[in-house]
Amino acid sequence: MTRIHMAGAGGLLLDAADGPFSDTTQRRIWATSRALNTRPDVLQTIPGVNNLLVTFDAAQTDPSAMEELLRTVWTHASAEEVPSREIVVPVVYGGAFGEDLALIARFANLTEEETIEAHTSGRYSVAAIGAMAGFVYLTGLDPRLAIPRRDSPRLRVEEGAVVIGGGHAGVMPCTSPSGWHILGRTDLCLFDAFRPEPGLLRLGDTVRFVRAS
Amino acid sequence: MIEILTGSSLNTIQDFGRPHAMAMGVAQGGAMDRLALSYGNLLLDNPVDAAGIEIVFFPFRVRFHAETSFAVTGAACPAMLDDLKLPRDWAITARPGQTLTLRAPERGARAYLTLRGGLDVPSVLGARSTDLKGGFGGLEGRALQKGDRLSCLAASTLRLPAAGYGLARPCPLPPADGTRIRVLPAAEHDVFTPESLKTFHSAAWTLTPSANRMGYRLEGQDALVLTQPLSLFSHGILPGTVQVPPAGQPIIQMMDANTCGGYPKIATVIAPDLRLLSQTVVGAPVHFETITRDEAVQIIRREATDLERLAAEIATLRTQLVF
Repeated sequence: MTRIHMAGAGGLLLDAADGPFSDTTQRRIWATSRALNTRPDVLQTIPGVNNLLVTFDAAQTDPSAMEELLRTVWTHASAEEVPSREIVVPVVYGGAFGEDLALIARFANLTEEETIEAHTSGRYSVAAIGAMAGFVYLTGLDPRLAIPRRDSPRLRVEEGAVVIGGGHAGVMPCTSPSGWHILGRTDLCLFDAFRPEPGLLRLGDTVRFVRAS
Repeated sequence: MIEILTGSSLNTIQDFGRPHAMAMGVAQGGAMDRLALSYGNLLLDNPVDAAGIEIVFFPFRVRFHAETSFAVTGAACPAMLDDLKLPRDWAITARPGQTLTLRAPERGARAYLTLRGGLDVPSVLGARSTDLKGGFGGLEGRALQKGDRLSCLAASTLRLPAAGYGLARPCPLPPADGTRIRVLPAAEHDVFTPESLKTFHSAAWTLTPSANRMGYRLEGQDALVLTQPLSLFSHGILPGTVQVPPAGQPIIQMMDANTCGGYPKIATVIAPDLRLLSQTVVGAPVHFETITRDEAVQIIRREATDLERLAAEIATLRTQLVF
């Protein structure tokens, strides 16, 4: 059952989550986002994980009319495939670069070697972008690795840290506090405000992790 | 050209931020008290969103190396141009060599120094605001340090009365006995227990020292609890969102907040009241009042109309005066 909640006077949050993460729902979320982005009365759309935040100028646009529009666009949105690129992320696992590898292995009841294999054998999809500039929420994590977030976040996790948390995989685009667990580290630059396209990854892209040689 | 004489890790260049970059995960950013920045820009006949300096660390001192018209708005802080005391929300022209000193506010928390033409720093992702977390925007993506020199985008002087001029009705600041914040219910509002909803609305919350451009943590006697545990998928959040982490004490997301989060949301502060919160000092009480969306829209429209009227009045006044 899809719900639309207020996010202030100039924001609406469409929550289409229904149990576990759904790929089909996510593709409809992206389609709704694309359709709304063509409208001049929509300021921005922020796809989340099976949800979508839409913002508009409440002084200019009637919120109930926008709610109606959002519902209509969502109802007609199809779960079409989006163009997807494959990006390979080389990772140095464990040791000083992946201080939680042993903990994750224990949680998953695997050896560290098997844990790395479980992480590299997945084909991940960029479901949402947010929290930090260029941070991606990757779906497709082996359920055995779905360790809950830390009870209290680390105050500093380094840029490039390859992390898992809340059932998702991710990579830290900048050094920041985080409650996710650290498996390893990559040298790829996920976000640079001065590049023509600042973010490395787009919604729908496929990501594979490989051991750095 | 101006020169910063006092460094801090908190004073930053801000404009209206990057509302269109949130889909990239970039914080909206921008002045925490947008009205105060707007007032300063209107007094200087600048675009309303021209970049100025947001000052939260005092004393703040700056030297003018060229004749420069400037305005000081926002918090009620004693402001001296050399020996001349400036009234609140005031614009004046400094001569080369003069020094402006802003002391700790008597009321409010943030002051804005705007300059004629607006500060000339590169626009990054559509704004000149400093994004401290991302390390871009403003001056090299960082707070202003002693010795930094900044110039303005246009001619740095404006014809002003010799003693300057200011606003008859200065920027509203929260009263000393507490800040009243109007909110709309957010997604998980109804999942909180009836007692918690009552507490949320009736308690005097206290602003803790953990208050920065990313978020303001509040503290109250009773924790807010849910009727059932919730596990939410990550979702977009806006400045003003009142999140309630498991500890039950609310955190209000501010302008540099993360663009996505996963904690339950009890309410959203309406945009015009978020600036009042940004002018609230640590330790002061904060009260929440829930209003309807229609009421919120009326308040937002009124604020927009008031600002347009003020801009028109100042423009008319400037054409009617001889100096």
